[in-house]
Amino acid sequence: MASGLTVIFGVSRIVNFAHGSLYMLGAYLAWTLVTSLPRGHLGFWGGVLGAALAVGVIGLVVEMLLLRRIYRAPELFQLLATFGVVLVVQDLALLTWGAQDLLGPRAPGLRGSVEILGLRFPLYELFLIVVGPVVLGLLLLLFHRTRWGTLVRAATQDREMVGALGVNQRMLFTSVFFLGSVLAGLGGALQLPRESVNLHMDLAIITEAFVVVVVGGLGSLSGAALAALLIGELHAFGILVFPKITLVLVFLVMAVVLVVRPHGLRGKPQPAAHGVAAAEPMIGAAPPALKLAGAVALLLAVALPPFLGDYALTVLTEIAICILFAASLHLIMGPGGMASFGHAAYFGLGAYGAALAATWLGVPMLGGLAMAPVLAGIFGVVFGWFCVRLSGVYSAMLTLAFAQIAWSVAFQWVELTGGDNGILGVWPDGWAAPKLAYYYLALALCLGGTLLLRRVVHAPFGYALRAQRDSALRAEAIGIDAFRIRWWGFTLAAIAAGVAGGLFAYGKGSVFPTYLAIPRSVDALLMVLLGGVQTLSGPIVGAIAYAGLQERLMRLLEYWRLVLGAVIILLVLFFPQGLAGAARFFWERRHGDA
Amino acid sequence: MGEWSVARRLLLGGAATALMAPRVARTQGAGQSGPIRIGEINSYSSQPAFLQPYRNAWTLAVEQVNAAGGIHGRPLETLHRDDAGKPEDAVRLAGELVNAERVALLAGGFLSNVGLALADFANQNKRLFVASEPLTDAIVWGRGNAYTFRLRASTYMQCAMLVEEAAKLPVKRWATVAPNYEYGQSAVRWFKELLTRAKPDVSFVAEQFPALGRIDAGATVQALAAANPEAIFNVTFAADLTNFVRQGATRGLFERRRVVSLLTGEPEYLDPLQDEAPEGWIVTGYPWEQINTPEHSAFREAYRRRFNDYPRLGSVVGYDTVMAIAAMLKKTRAVETEPMVAAMKGLQFPSVFGPVEFRALDHQSTMGAYVGRTVLRNGRGTMADWRYADGKNYLPPDDVVRTLRPQG
Repeated sequence: MASGLTVIFGVSRIVNFAHGSLYMLGAYLAWTLVTSLPRGHLGFWGGVLGAALAVGVIGLVVEMLLLRRIYRAPELFQLLATFGVVLVVQDLALLTWGAQDLLGPRAPGLRGSVEILGLRFPLYELFLIVVGPVVLGLLLLLFHRTRWGTLVRAATQDREMVGALGVNQRMLFTSVFFLGSVLAGLGGALQLPRESVNLHMDLAIITEAFVVVVVGGLGSLSGAALAALLIGELHAFGILVFPKITLVLVFLVMAVVLVVRPHGLRGKPQPAAHGVAAAEPMIGAAPPALKLAGAVALLLAVALPPFLGDYALTVLTEIAICILFAASLHLIMGPGGMASFGHAAYFGLGAYGAALAATWLGVPMLGGLAMAPVLAGIFGVVFGWFCVRLSGVYSAMLTLAFAQIAWSVAFQWVELTGGDNGILGVWPDGWAAPKLAYYYLALALCLGGTLLLRRVVHAPFGYALRAQRDSALRAEAIGIDAFRIRWWGFTLAAIAAGVAGGLFAYGKGSVFPTYLAIPRSVDALLMVLLGGVQTLSGPIVGAIAYAGLQERLMRLLEYWRLVLGAVIILLVLFFPQGLAGAARFFWERRHGDA
Repeated sequence: MGEWSVARRLLLGGAATALMAPRVARTQGAGQSGPIRIGEINSYSSQPAFLQPYRNAWTLAVEQVNAAGGIHGRPLETLHRDDAGKPEDAVRLAGELVNAERVALLAGGFLSNVGLALADFANQNKRLFVASEPLTDAIVWGRGNAYTFRLRASTYMQCAMLVEEAAKLPVKRWATVAPNYEYGQSAVRWFKELLTRAKPDVSFVAEQFPALGRIDAGATVQALAAANPEAIFNVTFAADLTNFVRQGATRGLFERRRVVSLLTGEPEYLDPLQDEAPEGWIVTGYPWEQINTPEHSAFREAYRRRFNDYPRLGSVVGYDTVMAIAAMLKKTRAVETEPMVAAMKGLQFPSVFGPVEFRALDHQSTMGAYVGRTVLRNGRGTMADWRYADGKNYLPPDDVVRTLRPQG
């Protein structure tokens, strides 16, 4: 499984969420094939292989219909597309195979177990232990001994050069994606005799696979194998000593490895990109029309709410919070040039800061709201110091690791945080209790925060931040301390997210570890990407679109994930610059380059 | 429809008349006509295995109540919402149902944290919340409040039922395995505490807390086997349970060992195991095909006729939640929060499992569970030697409950 991901990842540099879905489909298809084919060796192994190939074909279709069209889009935008696929596949699997967990038959001939050193060991596990290295060996052979493998490795190193040498990159990438999908399907199908097939498989496997790939080092097959082994062993022994460590262990390992070895166990530093021609477009002052639109929107946001019902106010409050949250992430992603997969950590820490201050210190609401950015900021400083030293996906994965560690602390420190039952009773003070009053409070803080962030981007600090993004070398040469700039940028984003989290806590009346969990980080990513990374108004538009869309769909439709996923995919296909990016594109085309 | 429905109507009508007798006259006033709306929130997209049968039975129950004339002539209407397993979304949807849709009361909840978030919302906004499924003890005890009632037998109650059986076993060395979140942790804590009280010479030699939904079954099984316990208390369920059973069986963990297991007898979790369902485990559950009391047979037949499927435990929970709400509404004089809360306190209604009361003391219902042994029959797991453990016998004494629950 991990090897499938690392192949795709290394070559196409696509961060692929959908790989988990392919894995799940592999398991489901294998179940269908194995239970409908006649029992026996042929039925079982034929079913497993058939499922793997079928998944390969599905991967092929996804690649040709969707990913091929967006190779030119920003890297993270592809992530968005694959996330759309995940949502669609989840609901399709639910529709096709139903909600109940399915248990496949065991492998014929490998049902029993053998005694090794007095312990009984299942034959099938032994078989898997053999299969892993065999697949690995075959892959290594394929990559090092065939013309195709050489080309793929060459493309991994330098895509443009291979293209210039007259190699059909498209076919190459498609075939690589097919291979990766087959491996994912095979991985899923081989789980059939071990585990039940269920609808949670995709997301359960994808984080772990990502961790394995990153710990091993991107594009390194042997590294991935080593990492998988390491994590498996540490897990087996870890739970003997600390039974409750299960939640956090994987991420602890990743954090330690990435801090010590910034490119994973076997990874090499990524070759510097060619030239620095890829500087992102400049950000100028907003054109008058945009200013006008913003002013109108603001006027509506201030003037309209007194005439709306309580529920509409709740939704608007949430959207305001989402805007600040998305804008804070955008600061590090857009101008900062760093991806963060764990931005929810600071949102959640803000929420916990407010809630802890309210329950343990008994401070009134404003005190709690003041505590929120403090706590988020402290952790932003600490985590940021580690994260901004790394680059690209490694940095993003380290933010994820820290977020997961923060999450599991909130989850397991029951005495302080109430564990997964959360902290209840964090309601606003009397004067802010009416929905309208709270809405104005949230609007003031969120818009203020967002505008402040916008101002920061236009300030000298913002210029420095963008300078180090476009070329760290040149920025250093003119005396910008890139590390410190990034660090401050990261901390600032954390503080802003903390404010959003604190407001969220008082808006909901309770705080749960889910506020720090991966789905919330993904939500933030989606909002930013949907709006467009390259524009300043992007996160605002994205937050409104995503939060509004999800709220509508979840309320009205049973299969809302299917629709939401399809909408995301369509947006990615037709607006590869994000919503705000697309708006700017049309604007500029009509009015000439502004 | 048919003779069953008539019987049910008579039964309901009879019960209703008995409860209603003192105040048959309908309260007059605004908002007293048209359907009574119930806002129901559950994690439909994240827990479909349990909640599809739940929602089916909910629909069935509402149809039956309305076919029998509704509540004082007013039909019931339900607005279902999906919280996707996130408490923060559940709170938002609760606000929508209360403020925009004007529902009379809230119901639902599957995950404990969602249940608690909704309970806190109900308390803050002074609305009635009938929690159907969440098992956590905190919802009626540690964080109980005036507006929240819970139907299902709690973690404590189910543990107490199993401890009664576990104490009879001739074993002393126990190991536990539970998912790593509040439900698993408090189940293990209660089991240890109650079993040590019942049998002071037991010892607990190992405990494992695999991550929920991501059990590394091989490693967990090895770790348990290494401690060589005489018996195992299992709290894992759903996909974790399946993987645990498979690995445990292949590695011989269950040989010559007794296993006591929470919830494993429920068809939701037993059926996916097919012919690999473990034998001889002592479990709480729901042997739907063997319960032939008139109430249950009627329910099973109606469910089968409507959905061409057999009921799961989720179906019973969904059905009885509606029936409890209907009974409460028939008892109350006005569809407003305070009278409804008053009517919920001490409410008695005929559930599918037998008579149930919502205790005024802590708002917990006395709905019980079936305790028995798992066996394989016709290639699938089911329960044998079972009995109905009435919930009212498995709750702590009243003075203890008062110390557990915030008073006032």
